Amino acid sequence: MTKPSETRIPANQIPISRQRDASIAVVGTPNSGKSTVFNRLTGLRQRIGNYPGVTVERHIGTLKIDNRNIELVDLPGTHTLSAHSLEERIAVDVILGRMQGLPQPDGILAVVDATNLYQGLYLLQQLLDLGVPLAVVLTMTDAAEGEGLQINLERLSEHLAGVPIFPVVATTGRGLEELRHGLSSLHEQNPPQPILAWPKLSAAAEALVASVAAPLRRVEVERLLVDGPSDANAAVVASLGPAGNEAIRRAQDEVFGRDPPLAAEARVRYRWVRAVLADVQSRGTSLASWRTRLTAFLNRPIPGTIGLFIVMAIVFQAVFAWATPMMDLIDSAASSLAALTHSAIGDGPLASLIADGVISGVGSVVIFLPQILILFLFIILLEDSGYLARAAYLMDRAMRSIGLSGQSIIPMISSFACAVPGIMATRVIPNRRDRIATIIAAPFMTCSARLPVYALLIAAFVPSQSIGVLNLQGLVLFGLYLFGIFMGVLTALLLRKTALRGPKPPFALMLPEFRRPNIRTVLFQLLGRAKVFLYRAGTVIFTVAVIVWALAYYPRSADVGPYLVEQQRLVESTLSGTELAEALANIDNQGAALQLEQSWLGRAGKFVEPAFEPLGWDWRVSAAVIAGFPAREVVVAVLGTVYAVGDEADESTLSERLKAATWSDGSAVFTLPMVIGLLIFYACCLQCAATLAVIRRETNTWRWPIFAWGYMTALGYLGALLAYQFL
Amino acid sequence: MKHNGNTLAALKKGQKGVISAVDAACPHVQRLMTLGLVEGAEIELRSAALGGDPLEFRLFGRGISLRLEQARHFTVSPVGPGD
Repeated sequence: MTKPSETRIPANQIPISRQRDASIAVVGTPNSGKSTVFNRLTGLRQRIGNYPGVTVERHIGTLKIDNRNIELVDLPGTHTLSAHSLEERIAVDVILGRMQGLPQPDGILAVVDATNLYQGLYLLQQLLDLGVPLAVVLTMTDAAEGEGLQINLERLSEHLAGVPIFPVVATTGRGLEELRHGLSSLHEQNPPQPILAWPKLSAAAEALVASVAAPLRRVEVERLLVDGPSDANAAVVASLGPAGNEAIRRAQDEVFGRDPPLAAEARVRYRWVRAVLADVQSRGTSLASWRTRLTAFLNRPIPGTIGLFIVMAIVFQAVFAWATPMMDLIDSAASSLAALTHSAIGDGPLASLIADGVISGVGSVVIFLPQILILFLFIILLEDSGYLARAAYLMDRAMRSIGLSGQSIIPMISSFACAVPGIMATRVIPNRRDRIATIIAAPFMTCSARLPVYALLIAAFVPSQSIGVLNLQGLVLFGLYLFGIFMGVLTALLLRKTALRGPKPPFALMLPEFRRPNIRTVLFQLLGRAKVFLYRAGTVIFTVAVIVWALAYYPRSADVGPYLVEQQRLVESTLSGTELAEALANIDNQGAALQLEQSWLGRAGKFVEPAFEPLGWDWRVSAAVIAGFPAREVVVAVLGTVYAVGDEADESTLSERLKAATWSDGSAVFTLPMVIGLLIFYACCLQCAATLAVIRRETNTWRWPIFAWGYMTALGYLGALLAYQFL
Repeated sequence: MKHNGNTLAALKKGQKGVISAVDAACPHVQRLMTLGLVEGAEIELRSAALGGDPLEFRLFGRGISLRLEQARHFTVSPVGPGD
């Protein structure tokens, strides 16, 4: 029936460095336990790459069994071979062997959730007709037993052209040994006899295949007829020759009549699925487990919504409470390492490059890890337990009112801790427009890096007076949080009405039952996320940090050194003890301030001063804001340097110095309107190389990070301008 | 399609129905059909989120949630009374 596939190359002829005997694709519906099976089979022998040209991650692992190296590829989940999201498109392209540069897999391992045979069988039916060796792994057989489901595996295998079925409990490992041995020789098995549950479609496809000389496979043409010509199957259309489009249209008319092809396919194939189900599955009495009771309780709208807020409060609190000590630890480790470097190799350019460029650059990457790891630990736990889908369901209506959908809630809330993991969490959003709108709105949420800036300015310039039971300083901080939310919502709304205008995405969310997450799977995913961040975002952050270091360090003035030595000699001859130490430290700080003033950064600050003068900023503030480009919290340290109190100065020293800062005419720089403007600027601007790098990575283009940066900076500038001019 | 009529949107909580017709013109609805919402499938309304939208159904033992506007594309014949 099936023609031998032309794109298939025997595994041993593929020129790759790693010896492998076969490549098997792991295919399944979302939430079928696919990744758990994959992780169980490959353990630590896995690597993450990318599919050419897209952001979709490619998870590849090796299974060593019976003296063979079997390569397993964990494909994105899909319900059918008609893709509608980018991830599904990848899965389908790999399965059909139409991904450029990737041969069709030598075998397919179909992962089917025993508690969801209904949807699992739909996909299986399509996979059976592929002409590729197939094995089925039936997951969550324990949960199925708990629900009182009985599945006759022998009968099921008969319906599925006799393919082997391996029942497993992936969380405990039951049945995995049999599965491993079964996979070692899967590629040598004969492909299953196609079941052709839709004879009319197969016949029409066969007729088309027979009508041309080019080697085509029936399945490819079947998918073409159902999906219609698109760039995914352009090669197939081309092989059908100049009359191809006309022939396709005629075949479609004949098979589908007036029905939309997808609808016709669903009707026909689910009829087959229901018949098989009726034969192989029987439902006994379900044991009322904690799962069903918990699900039932959280299904009620009010407890469900309250529960969601409690869960998010716990997550949010944990990120702050657990990550902050670790971040402080990383921070102080980086400073002592830098100090150690200076004491070991002096104060030359090399020492400064290592201490202030490299070490602080690495530090500014690593400092994000605690937040990312903790937040993702929770997100993965929530996702794997099935709660994430429920959160999206509960919040859908609220999020829809701002042009987004329920799936945006977790990334948005996560961004209050840090936009980096928040943006990485947008992968759960299937619709691209929704996803990008969420990505651009997320950095407006007040992240923890804005807090040091807010804290410094509020403590210095907002009077600590009570208003009722509330404190004015607290109110201003709260106002800044609200302002961030407001701007984020407004941005999402605007984007969905302009650049990202489009039909409201359909909202069909599978709501899995609660289940206990598998700790190994959770840890593997966590490790994967951390690696992706370090490799992809880390390099950008590091580079930017070193560039800013160079701008602040060069050129060195030759005059500053002798002047400082002079000053030191002067104080050494007049002072002693602690007074002397203080005076010397003061001279050091002055020296740093003088060097900074004539560095590229200081010159840039002076150069742009006219542009920022309408905002009430002098060159010092401007330079600090520029230096804060890679990470906004750096502005505090740079202000410390530029106001000659040292970059480790405590807050009160620095705020005294800020209050005393004047323009050349003697008027104060930090007036209340200017400070409010500065706060608004920091509430809006996207001064965070990590966020930009992650937006680049997640949208796979520089367009969006550049837009986000320009848009947010313009908003901040405008806000600060209005505040300074009109307050 | 503003009225719930005898569609999925009109099911009562805990009530079961069999889908008898699908208004399949819209691509979103076709998408839902590939998830198994086709004629002949038995479906039960489990719950609604705050404000009565979206709805959560049970389809062959699995939870699936739909917005009201989408639920209105599916005609059902109710099986048994709701609570």
